[in-house]
Amino acid sequence: MSPELPDELFDAAAAGNRRALGRLLTMVERRDDLGAVVATRAHRDGGQARVIGITGAPGTGKSTITGRLADVSGAARPAILAIDPSSPLTGGAILGDRIRMDGHISSSAFIRSMATRGHAGGLAVAVPDAIRVLDAAGCDPVIVETVGVGQVEVSVAAAADTTVVVVTPGWGDAVQANKAGLLEVADVFAVNKADRPDARGARRDLELMLDLGHQDGWRAPIVLTTANQGKGIEDLWAEIERHAAHLRESGQLSRRRCQRQRDEVADRIELGLRDRAGQIIESEVGAAVLDRVEHREISPAAAAEMLLAPLTPDPGPES
Amino acid sequence: MDRPAGAFLAPDNRGSPIRVLLAKLGLDGHDRGLKVVARTLRDAGLEVIYLGLRQTADSIVAACEQEDADVVGLSMHNAGHLTLAPRMVQAVEKAGLGVPVVIGGIVPAADVPVLLNAGVAAVLGPGASAEEVVSAVTAAVGRRRTAPGTAAP
Repeated sequence: MSPELPDELFDAAAAGNRRALGRLLTMVERRDDLGAVVATRAHRDGGQARVIGITGAPGTGKSTITGRLADVSGAARPAILAIDPSSPLTGGAILGDRIRMDGHISSSAFIRSMATRGHAGGLAVAVPDAIRVLDAAGCDPVIVETVGVGQVEVSVAAAADTTVVVVTPGWGDAVQANKAGLLEVADVFAVNKADRPDARGARRDLELMLDLGHQDGWRAPIVLTTANQGKGIEDLWAEIERHAAHLRESGQLSRRRCQRQRDEVADRIELGLRDRAGQIIESEVGAAVLDRVEHREISPAAAAEMLLAPLTPDPGPES
Repeated sequence: MDRPAGAFLAPDNRGSPIRVLLAKLGLDGHDRGLKVVARTLRDAGLEVIYLGLRQTADSIVAACEQEDADVVGLSMHNAGHLTLAPRMVQAVEKAGLGVPVVIGGIVPAADVPVLLNAGVAAVLGPGASAEEVVSAVTAAVGRRRTAPGTAAP
């Protein structure tokens, strides 16, 4: 490779060079030293783009909706981050979101597929970095699509200015909906595949559930869409816009973004501690303590406390 | 970074898997083989960006740039390989991607050297085993790194 310095790549990416942007994303995805340089610059320059999260169960049509939304947004440079799971066994992944988007999307959109790459905690920090890189390169909006299974996947899509939850007719009643944990994070609902029977029933279930929930000056609107025919996408985009306006006018946008940064720092602390935990367990001291657990001299809880002690020194009197 | 043993890492070996882009060009509906290959490569620890049917050289190049793919795998069952494969290689070169192109599918033995001469990194026939598919793809990525003058964008 010819020298590829982050600053040069950023300048090229901001000028619309897609290859440069692709390289920058690879760098942050690796989370190495070079990635850290890229992430730092992206954080410095970012903060303009609107971030939209799309989540929902597998097969509900998220990718099709995402592609259509990028088109309907009318934005000059929309970006899509499509996240699919890696195999926990081999680390490999089949990233198949693009195939649902390419058909009906203008060539102005920048689409990047991302695999979760093993540990869930990593996803929680790699995605915000990737969003900021796209943002700093001038992409807007940035649409993040994840499968709505698993807490981390849901929370990644929920770490957006506006989160869209996609459901389909016959997806289950309100009890199922509550179980999924998806509903709390929704700012807007899309009932996709609305050409199927009982789309209205699905809408009614959602309405009933929203009636029970707590409203914070915003009740999530429900939009019927048939994404593969492009139906309802304009309405969905209009509701996303309306939510964005609500966030700005109510002052919630900056609060949300503050909270997001706070969560991200917490995620990074957790990730760092988890790495340290692994090192401690592998260390000599760790082996010795585990040995005592094995001989039933001390309990696992006591062992953990012993090993944790050097990591969490007594802060002393409250400062 | 967690990395299962045996996973194939990207050419610069910085702890991230090889990213391979799989597609079929033009009018060619036989995607069964490509789906098997996608699964095979995934199981070998690669990240497969699956573009599927009816792609063009331009759409593959565009996806390659955005995805920062390490290698392109094309499946061909429409006897168009002598036209389409060199066109794909040229499109990748023209875009300065320096990404190897591997062909799989039905290619008569006599055409294989023609394709290799045209810059195709490897040709895999119907008899290729899973191991052969994986090693052809990973070797192509490895050569990209070592061959002088081929990797510069």
